[in-house]
Amino acid sequence: MAHDYTAAKKIATKTILILAVVTVLEVMVALTGKGYIVEGWYMTPWVMNITMIAMSLYKAYLIVYEFMHMKYEAKGLKLSVILPTCLLIWAVIAFLYEGTAWKGNRDTVDERSKIEVVE
Amino acid sequence: MNTDTTDIKHSDHDTTANGSWDGAALPFRVGYGKLMIWYFLLSDAFTFAGFLIAYGTLRFSMASWPVPDFVFSTFPFLEGHHPLLFVTFMTFVLLFSSFTMIRAVQEGHRENRRGVAIWMGLTILGGLGFLGCQAWEWTTLIGKEHMSLTTNPFGTHTEAGVYLNADGTPSDETFEAGDTYLIHRMHLSGGHDAHADAHGGGHGEDAHAADAHAEEAHDDHGDGHHGGHDYAGPGDYPDAMVDERGYIHRKYIPSEGELAGVTVHESFGPKAFGALFFFITGFHGFHVLSGVAFLLVILINVLSGLYVERRNGNEMVEKIGLYWHFVDLVWVFVFLVFYLL
Repeated sequence: MAHDYTAAKKIATKTILILAVVTVLEVMVALTGKGYIVEGWYMTPWVMNITMIAMSLYKAYLIVYEFMHMKYEAKGLKLSVILPTCLLIWAVIAFLYEGTAWKGNRDTVDERSKIEVVE
Repeated sequence: MNTDTTDIKHSDHDTTANGSWDGAALPFRVGYGKLMIWYFLLSDAFTFAGFLIAYGTLRFSMASWPVPDFVFSTFPFLEGHHPLLFVTFMTFVLLFSSFTMIRAVQEGHRENRRGVAIWMGLTILGGLGFLGCQAWEWTTLIGKEHMSLTTNPFGTHTEAGVYLNADGTPSDETFEAGDTYLIHRMHLSGGHDAHADAHGGGHGEDAHAADAHAEEAHDDHGDGHHGGHDYAGPGDYPDAMVDERGYIHRKYIPSEGELAGVTVHESFGPKAFGALFFFITGFHGFHVLSGVAFLLVILINVLSGLYVERRNGNEMVEKIGLYWHFVDLVWVFVFLVFYLL
């Protein structure tokens, strides 16, 4: 154990408080951005989404590094878990790109079927 | 099972001649079991990532997608529209159970059996609480809002327009592009009581009430709704189309786009939505359920004094702790993609 009991207890309490606050902030962003809290006040969708994604990643960092104790593990263990996870970055980009392409295809099909109706 | 004990003890007296690859050493300074649970969780993370990426891909491929703060806006015992309130509560339940879990692990490190048992007990309660919330959420979606694996009654308007009155004339109930609606369902086999569940949903006036009579009484939005409508059964009405399964597709006239001025009726939302929701939250809920089962087994072992004999700082509690935090970690992302984005 890298640190003693009282220190660990303190870190756990601090971490859960940060997690709770960030969660509340996330929900506030989701609701405020769509005009629920302040009437007539909206946020640009991509700004809103980036903010929420960043906050979720921060939460994930806290859970893995403090709650799951990764911060205090050997370097090899850290790398062997975190490096493979980085493959997901490309997976997300590639598949969302693919999804957008499907949408393009759907639109093309729609256009074509309309042309046939006119003829 | 007792090999865990010996693994840890080795680390105390192997520091001299042995390099990392000579055996009998712990290069990652953790026992075999703990290392393997990390790799199991890594693989599990990929499974969940696969599901969530599938969700994202399908969502990106659709022209419209149900808006989560409209879909998830019910709260037990409360009427009306409470966007994201219940799911935030669920998140807090799970988050708090993660805190009680880490407290159990810490008490385990200093061999405090009583402390471990108390904090693990609280964690189990948190897990059960979360499952209870999820059961309520699913019950509402399936039983009251009639969402299923293949039918998604939550659609989204792609252009602005106006709903129709009971006589087919335009009402003053308008909507914007991007507003999500719920296609309500009437009871078909209810004999003389063939009555709509509730009126069709305009933006922000969706009470999700199970009983149309109750709703009629206090529905006072006053913006041209037509609450508590009677439809005799499936068929074409001036203000709605009721399909064979009793779903009431309200009619409206778009005021923009290619169909501007033409009377059309609400169509179902993207079909994949229900399947994705039930499979992904269900898979996560199944993890919570099995986590509760593991916690119970380990709690019994803690109480029986099994881990005291091992003298390894309750490493088993630490392992189930890793699993439990992982379940919480996954929820962070499920929460993000399903409810926030």
